[in-house]
Amino acid sequence: MEFFHTIVAILESTIRVSVPLIFAALAGLFTERAGVFDIGLEGKMLGAAFAAGAVAAVTGSVLMGLLAAILISVLLSLVHGYASITQRGSQIVSGVAINFIVAGSTVILGEAWFRQGGRTPALDADARFQTVTFPFADAVKDVPIFGPIYSNLLSGHFILTYVAFLLVPFSWWVLYRTRFGLRLRAVGENPGAVDTAGISVIWLRYRAVICCGILCGFAGAYLSLAMSAGFVKGMTAGKGYIALAALIFAKWRPFNIMMACLLFGFLDALAIRLQGNPLPFIGQVPVQLMQALPYILTVILLAGFIGKAVPPKAGGVPYVKER
Amino acid sequence: MSDIAIELRGIDKSFGLVHANKDINLTVRKGTIHGIIGENGAGKSTLMSILYGFYQADSGDILVGGNKVTIKDPNAAISSGIGMVHQHFMLVENFTVLENVMLGAEDSQILNTSISKARVELKRLEKEYALEVNPDALIEELPVGLQQRVEILKALYRKADILILDEPTGVLTPPEADHLFRILGQLKDQGKTIIFITHKLREIMAITDEVSVMRRGEMVATRKTKDTSVEELAELMVGRRVLLRVDKGEANPGAVKLAVENLTVRDSRGVTMVDNVSFNLRAGEIVGIAGVAGNGQSELLEAISGIRRAVSGTVLLNGKPIDVTGHADPGDLRNRGLAHVPEDRHHVGLVLKFDEAENGILGYHNDKRYLNGVFLDTKAIQVDAEEKIKKYDIRPPNPRLKTANFSGGNQQKIVLAREMERGPDVLIIGQPTRGVDVGAIEFIHKRIIEMRDQGKAVLLVSVELDEIRALSDRIIVMFAGRVVGERDPDATEGELGLLMAGVEGRKEAAE
Repeated sequence: MEFFHTIVAILESTIRVSVPLIFAALAGLFTERAGVFDIGLEGKMLGAAFAAGAVAAVTGSVLMGLLAAILISVLLSLVHGYASITQRGSQIVSGVAINFIVAGSTVILGEAWFRQGGRTPALDADARFQTVTFPFADAVKDVPIFGPIYSNLLSGHFILTYVAFLLVPFSWWVLYRTRFGLRLRAVGENPGAVDTAGISVIWLRYRAVICCGILCGFAGAYLSLAMSAGFVKGMTAGKGYIALAALIFAKWRPFNIMMACLLFGFLDALAIRLQGNPLPFIGQVPVQLMQALPYILTVILLAGFIGKAVPPKAGGVPYVKER
Repeated sequence: MSDIAIELRGIDKSFGLVHANKDINLTVRKGTIHGIIGENGAGKSTLMSILYGFYQADSGDILVGGNKVTIKDPNAAISSGIGMVHQHFMLVENFTVLENVMLGAEDSQILNTSISKARVELKRLEKEYALEVNPDALIEELPVGLQQRVEILKALYRKADILILDEPTGVLTPPEADHLFRILGQLKDQGKTIIFITHKLREIMAITDEVSVMRRGEMVATRKTKDTSVEELAELMVGRRVLLRVDKGEANPGAVKLAVENLTVRDSRGVTMVDNVSFNLRAGEIVGIAGVAGNGQSELLEAISGIRRAVSGTVLLNGKPIDVTGHADPGDLRNRGLAHVPEDRHHVGLVLKFDEAENGILGYHNDKRYLNGVFLDTKAIQVDAEEKIKKYDIRPPNPRLKTANFSGGNQQKIVLAREMERGPDVLIIGQPTRGVDVGAIEFIHKRIIEMRDQGKAVLLVSVELDEIRALSDRIIVMFAGRVVGERDPDATEGELGLLMAGVEGRKEAAE
């Protein structure tokens, strides 16, 4: 029974750390499927986390915090869009630039406004997301097996957590069952086909990039308004890159993304759990190895050992009308 | 008036200093196949792009069915009833036929209803025009001929009455091209108007009713096809008389210069592209390798010239082996008398940002005569470039000009001059006249024959069957990586066409 409770605890923290990955990887899904590669997920998430923390601290409203996060993230996306769609610049350079600018400016602005060493003030309960408790969660808590699963694993998460998991089938539906999705996938494969069909490639790609911004906004808000009570400098700590790895690992497919994010989240949760707890026979597992595992798995995938990851064909290439 | 489908009046278009279309007038009659012929860069594609709304004309009017229209984007063209089949198919390869056909013409936000409607409409079109294709097949799994059919269906689905086909036969085998012509004839019978763009005279004569000739951005003539001839059209295209046939004497083959035995090559995906190929190439003969693009010819050339590593097999150059399965060094092969004119001059043959003189010594830049100690002897390079410019009539005659600024034909001459002037024993040429105008083709063909007559061994790969037949002393046909037959140059086109399509070859291999 002790072991069972440990498992439930690890799975529960798996869900907790997977949420920002799912938001960010779905964000990447929309833009990359439209042919705009985005290495700036990290920066957008960080900018959104800061905006959420700052605005929630000032207004005391969690909703305003979330809206500010989405707004900032969308603006950063539009910068990326302008550089890589309109000006046909390098998508990698633009993404990296956004990551650097955000990493620096959040600290500078945070210090200038709040004078707490780049943090935003700690938030009251009202200015944060609250956890949702399912009906009867307390009542069934002590029922064996079902109890812990229902009241610890399924119940008791933030509303954004449920949103993230519902967004997975929703994203699939948008991409595969709507006209917008069909065109979005087409523009990532052969923008020429979209252009000659009389649809604007540029507008379509901008819309994809805006979708990405909105989802990154959720990811950032989750970090500073749900997981923590305020913004801390560099609080994304590479989650944007892990999300990117998950996106590739998932071969740019929504349900695979959820599984990849849960896997990477599980590794993270396990790493935290194993800290200072040597495993039988194996001994102490270095935390760094666990943290590197998502990247190692992705590299192994890209090397072609686990099936083949074929990126959208027109990905990374600005569209220029031929001749 | 009602029998006119499209009328262009005074269309003018410039890109910077390039005057692509000068005061073009064109009248296309309803229910006819109207050919537009001209050399590369004559402005055909620009004109059609204006008609399809990719570009806007600087001045001039477009009339569709007698009414003046403004075509500001492809959408406007589609709603005026104009459809286009592009030279490079505008299809999404991992989508199904149905998804491609309805892309951009879906009739609701949610796909399900659009899909079922599109399926019904596609069935109707298939029946009406006898254009069968499986609506649920993925594009990437279809042969090129069927992909083109999907492009045609796409246009018909959008209710196009006027179909523009831009160089539609470039990627097709001869039987596939014949099939396309039958489809076009049938579309014409059902009242559609077809504008057929090509640089191949034979196709114009075969299927068009009328033909308009473009030269250097101008519309120089329009003729009824039955009242004109190949010779007249060629002259109109080039602006002077051209010899369409290549005059060449009997070949005088000597010793074997290049011996290829059981060569097998795989591409980067691991697919076998050259499958156990063997042949000999003798001094004083031209061996042509015919085949539809993508049947292993490119990989064969790359393996022989040391650019791509072969899996197995041997190649002897002047009786001595080339390390084709190991580290064959293209520079070393050059010194041993093998010259290579690559298929893709932009990516392999030239550095477009270098000037003409620099490209003229590329690969031979370690040669003593271009060096002054460890430095390049710029004066010698300049003199060398000027000689070649003169001998090969490279225009403009400016060795300092960036290579990107030369026309396709002149770029090709730069590569040919570099490789031929070294007097190699073996000359390997891929697509010698791809994207080259008729005038330059004549010159290039003459030079290739001259090389042969000087006793050089020439291996020629081309997807232009006419070119292979005109130049070669022996023709080897490749299909799916294998040699499926060897023929004399007087073999009929039909016979070669069947071999290229893999029809005859299978029978022959089975026997």
